[in-house]
Amino acid sequence: MLSRVADSLYWMSRYLERAEHTARLLDVSLQQLDQRPGDAQRRWERLLASLQSTTVDSEPLAITASLTFDAGRNESIVASISAARENARQVREQISSEMWEQINRLYLHVRSATMASIADEPHEFFRSVKEGAHLFQGICDATMSHGEGWHFIQAGRAIERASATTRMLEAYVLDRGGALTQSNDDQAWVCLLKSCTAYEAYCKVYTATIRPERVIEFLILDAYFPHSIRFAAETIQVATRAIAAATNTAQAGRVDRLAGRLRATLDYGQTDEILADLRGYLVPLLQLCMQLDAAIYQTYIAYPADQSLSA
Amino acid sequence: MSPDPTAPAAPFTRYRLGTAYDEMFAAPQSPRSHYRRLYERLLELPADELERRQTAADQNFLNQGVTFTVYGADEGTERIFPYDLLPRIITSAEWDVIERGLTQRITALNLFLRDIYHDGHILRDGVIPADLVLSCRHYRREMRGIRLVRDAYISIAGTDLVRLPDGRFAVLEDNVRVPSGVSYMLVNRQVSKRVFPNLFDHYNVRPNEQYGQALLATLRALDPQQRPDPRVVLLTPGVYNSAYFEHTFLARQMGIELVEGRDLLVHNNVVYMRTTAGLERVDVIYRRVDDDFIDPLSFRHDSFLGVAGLMHAYRAGNVGLANAIGTGIADDKAVYAYVPRIIRYYTGEDPILENVETYVLTDDAQRRHVLANLESLVVKAVGESGGYGMLIGPHSSAAERETFRRQIEADPRNYIAQPTLALSQAPCFIDGGIEARHIDLRPYILSGERVVIVPGGLTRVALRRGSLVVNSSQGGGSKDTWILHD
Repeated sequence: MLSRVADSLYWMSRYLERAEHTARLLDVSLQQLDQRPGDAQRRWERLLASLQSTTVDSEPLAITASLTFDAGRNESIVASISAARENARQVREQISSEMWEQINRLYLHVRSATMASIADEPHEFFRSVKEGAHLFQGICDATMSHGEGWHFIQAGRAIERASATTRMLEAYVLDRGGALTQSNDDQAWVCLLKSCTAYEAYCKVYTATIRPERVIEFLILDAYFPHSIRFAAETIQVATRAIAAATNTAQAGRVDRLAGRLRATLDYGQTDEILADLRGYLVPLLQLCMQLDAAIYQTYIAYPADQSLSA
Repeated sequence: MSPDPTAPAAPFTRYRLGTAYDEMFAAPQSPRSHYRRLYERLLELPADELERRQTAADQNFLNQGVTFTVYGADEGTERIFPYDLLPRIITSAEWDVIERGLTQRITALNLFLRDIYHDGHILRDGVIPADLVLSCRHYRREMRGIRLVRDAYISIAGTDLVRLPDGRFAVLEDNVRVPSGVSYMLVNRQVSKRVFPNLFDHYNVRPNEQYGQALLATLRALDPQQRPDPRVVLLTPGVYNSAYFEHTFLARQMGIELVEGRDLLVHNNVVYMRTTAGLERVDVIYRRVDDDFIDPLSFRHDSFLGVAGLMHAYRAGNVGLANAIGTGIADDKAVYAYVPRIIRYYTGEDPILENVETYVLTDDAQRRHVLANLESLVVKAVGESGGYGMLIGPHSSAAERETFRRQIEADPRNYIAQPTLALSQAPCFIDGGIEARHIDLRPYILSGERVVIVPGGLTRVALRRGSLVVNSSQGGGSKDTWILHD
């Protein structure tokens, strides 16, 4: 497979995941009811921190407008979906026509919306973005061969998801000065779970009693929940191994080691140790995700010519 | 009042014969024998049936994404190339002349290019002025002395033919750089088979779907190493190119990789493509990128579409290119005027297909004549294609003529003039009825181990009433072309 094509598939998938993540966070935050003054402000600050947004807006609607429609802002929904579509357009012949039609439809949908047009029912709009992304994934799984290109798509989404979830947890921990005391702001933890579509899944495992350490444990270590970091790490390993097998590349060792290390960190993670120094656990995870991204790029996309020829 | 028995019947009520050659009718209501069956079928069909089939055909093009991009319009504006339902039919005897004529012409042009880039006998023998050839915009000094496999300069040509009022075909233009449109020829056939299945079966039409295999065989023959299984790729400028659909279509038809400049790199004068499994050697490139953009080291430095160092690999004999660099001198419109002489010089034969009368404006007498008669002539810039840079005298304003007059006087080498041609006309389905429109024909000629011309070509239609411009960028459409067996 051409390196350029693999790169486009990978980024198409990452950008779409990013758009869905932003939509989910905005949707949850807009619907949250607050118990105390100041909660809302902290919640929006956490949201901006977890998206690494540099927006200077502080008013919820202004933040929403900026993170949804500001095409000049990388983390915005419109920018992410445009970038995903542009990558898809570059490889239109490599993806199924159904995939192209769906991503194009989603693009036209968000491009035609405005803050005024969604103001009455923002929830409906964000739901349509999430559903549009889910539909794309479903179409992708159902209509594209599950070969090398498909695995690049899986790897892109899983790396984006692992990074996004890690950043969100980090924002919550920092917000508390690193301490995880049981406070009376259960709502903030519910908000965190919902931001990962994890609230219902959490309740099935731990009942509706919200305990911060359980929330953290669930979002990091649960083996079966698709938004947990561990689940994403497993997906990354499966996808990168499939890519290595398909390409038979001698240089794939670095990607494999990083994916294995990420997975081992999560598979053998101990809840009590993690909670003892949460930030100290999260930061290396994020670094591993970034190293993986770089290693995939260096191994399959932009490797030096000499290296390939001497191999 | 009883209907006039001599008046044309529906759907031909608006059909008019003019001075141009009519492909269907020898005389009013009197179809030529090879058109009779189509004519009768059209008379039988209920009024709305053609409309229904046209809608179905258009839908087919949209669904397949058979589109082209219009320059100057909003980024990414994709349009369907309008398709006319009614096939254009050419008899076996007519095709035989075309086939022999085009084979002779491409053979002579390849010998001409070989000569120009090596010894220049034709220049020394004074058959064509040296300054005319060497001043061509597309002359490439870099090609001097390069030995090409099979001396194959032009591997793929798309030659524009027109039919004169006396019924003879003549060459209007040679396209020997990166001719496009062959995908429409192939898709038009897929559609017309569906639109008129019975008629298609009745007419003994020669197939054209083998074009992909024939093109691949032509390209493989260009491998400088002559290995049994060379890797051939199609180099596209990318998704924003107007012919991108065609590039993806042909790559798929041939089962070869569609690459962009950034997918290729040159290392030690060998071309590689960058894949996830490492670099893979490339032997032949069917390049759909113009000379100017193909190698930023040798040509335009600001090009991002090409491959740095490609010319070095080419000169070293490590990669084959189709078409070769520098073929543009053979379709320069001023050189065109000399092609009949070029054919005689290299083959010793008279041209089988004639040229259209052409005035070379560096010649003082011819230029004076042209400037005095601009309103009846067509003026063309020599290095342009696609209907750009043209003045059509009878349809021009005084201001436009004045602009061209000044441009010609400033740079006579850059223009030629031709009489306004009465292109032949053919029946087209327009606004619910059948009307006559002017057409041309672009067959595609492949020159590899031997010359192969897949029977047919792209018949382009000037859809605007009275218009003589058939280019897709200028309101043209196309129709399927049926070449009959004996």
